[in-house]
Amino acid sequence: MAKTIVQEFTKGLWAEIPPFRLVLGLCPTLAVTKTVENGVGMGIATTFVLVCSNILISLLRNVIPKNVRIACFIVVIATFVIVVELVMQAFAYPLFLKLGIFIPLIVVNCIVLGRAEAFAAKNGVVSSFADGLGIGIGFTLSLTALSLFREVFGSGTFTVPITSVSIQLFGPSFQPFNFLVEAPGAFVCLGLMLCIMNMLGKK
Amino acid sequence: MREMIRLFVVVLVFSCVSGGLLAVVRSGTQERIEYQQLKFVKGPTIKQIMEGCSNDPLSDRFKIMDGDNERSFFVGEFDGKRSVVAFESFGKGFGGNIGVIVAINVETDKIVGIGVTTHSETPGLGSRAKSEPDLSSQFKGLPIKEPFKVTADGGKIDAISGATMTSRGVCGAVVVSAGIYERLKNEILKKIKT
Repeated sequence: MAKTIVQEFTKGLWAEIPPFRLVLGLCPTLAVTKTVENGVGMGIATTFVLVCSNILISLLRNVIPKNVRIACFIVVIATFVIVVELVMQAFAYPLFLKLGIFIPLIVVNCIVLGRAEAFAAKNGVVSSFADGLGIGIGFTLSLTALSLFREVFGSGTFTVPITSVSIQLFGPSFQPFNFLVEAPGAFVCLGLMLCIMNMLGKK
Repeated sequence: MREMIRLFVVVLVFSCVSGGLLAVVRSGTQERIEYQQLKFVKGPTIKQIMEGCSNDPLSDRFKIMDGDNERSFFVGEFDGKRSVVAFESFGKGFGGNIGVIVAINVETDKIVGIGVTTHSETPGLGSRAKSEPDLSSQFKGLPIKEPFKVTADGGKIDAISGATMTSRGVCGAVVVSAGIYERLKNEILKKIKT
């Protein structure tokens, strides 16, 4: 059962990539992937929380009593989420305005709690770090892919992350496919991507 | 029983450490967050009113207690003189409060400019108070003691057509500003020098 550190890291990128393989954390996935910038920002924020909480929970796994573990995990996760929220307000205020409520909601993101409960609470610090980083980067990649698809076809633009520069990809005659930008469109996109992933994964 | 106490202590320690850490992060980022909020919410309006000033009004600001409220004042430097002060006040519009920033020259007591920051007015009608300069430019250069009213109420300000309520709200906010300015003028003069 013992996997190497590299395997713990890479499994998050394909074999257990959230939210496609690990079908968790769908709420932020559907809500924020309207533009690439939002998707990447959300991914990075979640990755940070995931890595930090995984490390800390793994360090404290022998201190935390079994009966109150969920409460302790949530306290740890919530702390890091607020740190992210404050830092984002201080350094990336426009992004904070766009992501809004979904930053505090990382607390209840099942991926973060799921990794804490299923992995960090049972494994050493280094592999927990690798696991958190892998899953986090996997989540960021998924969000980027989903938001790229939705933004390009839904509104015909591409927002460069960090700079917030929006580029019109098609000519003025382009009719935006508005459905994709709306919430049901997100579901359809997610479903299609899941389908593609499953087809690729099947041998 | 001992087990219970242990559980209690662990959760307590977790919460305390978490609270302490957050307090540190908060106090470390507070100033920057405040600046960012100003920059993205009020910043564009302040910049527009204080066009041509030689300092950064957003960082060049001070606070004065007005009764129980703390008010922020932004200083504009023109021709090497720190002569303009801008601050926000609110008036009742058609859809709720309208935030208006009024910039006043403290030497002449005249309005340098006004601008709408936040509002929830009807898009296309009342929202023009913010997007178009027709209304706000009328205030430029008027003495702050003027009783600002729209023409329908016997005043001098031409209301935006279809948005009399909004225009009244903006006038009201400027009147409120005049009151604040009167009340705090001594303190403003003291602080603006430093």
